[in-house]
Amino acid sequence: MNIFIYDQTFEGLLTTIYEAIELKVRPDKIVSAKSFQDDLFAIKNYVTTDHAKFESIWNQVNKKTTQQVCQRIFQAFLSEGPDIEMLIYNYIKLIIDTPYNIEVNFSDNFVLKLTNIQKKVGRETQRVIMFVRFQKTIDDIYYASFDPKYNVIPLTISHFRNRFADQKWVIFDTRRKYGYYYDLNEVREVTIGNQKVNNNSGKVENDILHVSEKLFQKLWKSYYDTINIKERKNLKVHMQFLPKRFWKFLPEKDFKNKMVLS
Amino acid sequence: MKEETANKLKILVGAAKYDVSCASSGSNRPNKGKGLGNTAPWGICHSFTEDGRCISLIKLMLTNYCIYDCAYCANRNSNDIPRSTFTVKEVADLTIEFYRRNYIEGLFLSSGVIKNPDYTMERMVRVAKELRNRNYNGYIHLKSIPGASEELQQLAGMYADRLSVNIEIATEPNLKMLAPEKNFKSILNPMKFIRNKIIENKEERRKFKHAPRFSPAGQSTQLIIGATPDNDKHILTLAGGLYNSKNLKRVYYSGFIPVNDYDKRLPALQEPPLKRENRLYQADWLFRFYGFSINEIVNDDHPDLDLEIDPKLSYALRNPWLFPIDINKASYETILRVPGIGVLSAKKILLARRYKSLDINNLKKIGVVLKRAKYFITCKELKEPTINELKPEGVRGILLHHEKPKLSNYVTQHKQLSLFSTN
Ligand code: SF4
Repeated sequence: MNIFIYDQTFEGLLTTIYEAIELKVRPDKIVSAKSFQDDLFAIKNYVTTDHAKFESIWNQVNKKTTQQVCQRIFQAFLSEGPDIEMLIYNYIKLIIDTPYNIEVNFSDNFVLKLTNIQKKVGRETQRVIMFVRFQKTIDDIYYASFDPKYNVIPLTISHFRNRFADQKWVIFDTRRKYGYYYDLNEVREVTIGNQKVNNNSGKVENDILHVSEKLFQKLWKSYYDTINIKERKNLKVHMQFLPKRFWKFLPEKDFKNKMVLS
Repeated sequence: MKEETANKLKILVGAAKYDVSCASSGSNRPNKGKGLGNTAPWGICHSFTEDGRCISLIKLMLTNYCIYDCAYCANRNSNDIPRSTFTVKEVADLTIEFYRRNYIEGLFLSSGVIKNPDYTMERMVRVAKELRNRNYNGYIHLKSIPGASEELQQLAGMYADRLSVNIEIATEPNLKMLAPEKNFKSILNPMKFIRNKIIENKEERRKFKHAPRFSPAGQSTQLIIGATPDNDKHILTLAGGLYNSKNLKRVYYSGFIPVNDYDKRLPALQEPPLKRENRLYQADWLFRFYGFSINEIVNDDHPDLDLEIDPKLSYALRNPWLFPIDINKASYETILRVPGIGVLSAKKILLARRYKSLDINNLKKIGVVLKRAKYFITCKELKEPTINELKPEGVRGILLHHEKPKLSNYVTQHKQLSLFSTN
């Protein structure tokens, strides 16, 4: 049994694949150091992440296929699925060993599986872009929490950066406990120390909310309720497009935002 | 921005909600000079209403006062309803504040007609201009007022990503009956003007990369379904003609919701014709993306779409001699005509068959849904009877019998269920 142990980074995984190919061994398992439980009888290969090795694999894949395939592999990696490392190993091995481009050969199991995982990751990325809701704080930072199934916040950064170039913002992954902060110049990875955000609801505490924030949440909720056409009610489609797991961060789904008009 | 705005919002959103268009696609306006916003060419939904529709834009009427009296409209002059008017600043503020919180892709602004078309249109243009002056680069859709001057249409197109002029009623006599102040000319002329401007602008931007855009996401229109006896052939022929001659990006079909049931010119409907609306959208897709002509979908022998089955299946059952087709040999265009096979599946088939001759399992594996398709194709190892053996009636019977309740059926079904529970 051949086990490869890496540092859970994408660079580390591609380094691992490089070394496995170099050593001409087929890994039985590729695991991150964090989740590795020692196995007495296995042959253990501890991999040190190496940028040159990473690049070598990256370039080979790029040459054999297209830029999209490289992106696809990276996105599949962000799924953090239990056997994603072996799938990526098998997929890359197939690319390197086949003389032609296998990218669209969906009758191959590895190709199909990886493509499907990447699609799910892509869909989750899209969901972040759709359902992120910023709350404006007293220091004019627009803050949003999200709880994505996969580790996709990094894939959304360029979108938010292009779009909201003139406002400071934070997008925080409550599941993985890290986020990104844009300060009008650059985007930085951050963790958040203070207790001003409720980890479950993602809500910023009242005392640091901008004075106008509650009003706009209410106006938005009021918009949401009014634009609905009750003669066309179709809750099944509604739930399919807007699954419940997203509701906790949406002001339009928060009944407390109901506006009482005189 | 206070309670007063909240009240106005309720009135003027409620007044705008029957315009079904909410698309934010088709434009790729960049965020210039580190301002606010850009547009995504594929469009983004930010929420979904309980009726299952996408919310992409904040849809407002600038005012719901109107000098006209269109029979199908909740805001018609003779209705005694709360009326209100937004200021230019209020609309711009709301749009920007919602946009900054990632609630929306942009603004969809329409208006009742106050004083005259030019006066109204001028105020709408001012909203769009105000937004662009504040360096807002998000989406703007303006609903043009029929009868407004070309100068104003021109200005509108300079600021907006999309313009629309709604026809609402598919035949002119019926339009005139329900909306005496309107006629086809007052609607088609601005459409023609916008089309010409868009073409001109594309040419200009080829020559000068920085020439200002004119309505880069094109124009659209809306047709109300079921308010008049017009059949699907009338509706789709008009739509097809508009796509071809006016280069429309989209025609929206909106099932009529009786808002003025006192008006006897209108039919008394139990519920909006959602099924028919859905079939019209499917037919529209066949025309735009599947290479069907309108005449193949509806014609004098079949002036109305079949509500029980989708229009592609209906076409195949009416033309059984064209099937089955060989999945491993047929052209892309032919594969697209197979019921149940969409653009994506057809493309996948073409790619996959480069590597090997496909059998039924290969098809399943690449994600082709065979439930309907299997009666219309042959491939390696497919032993099931096709439309040849089963005959059209046979296939129709099997498919109708097995068809699970579709999402679009849900509304009617829901009603039936509640019938039982009250007994
Ligand atoms: S012009 Fe527009 S707002 Fe006025 S009554 Fe007719 S449809 Fe309604």
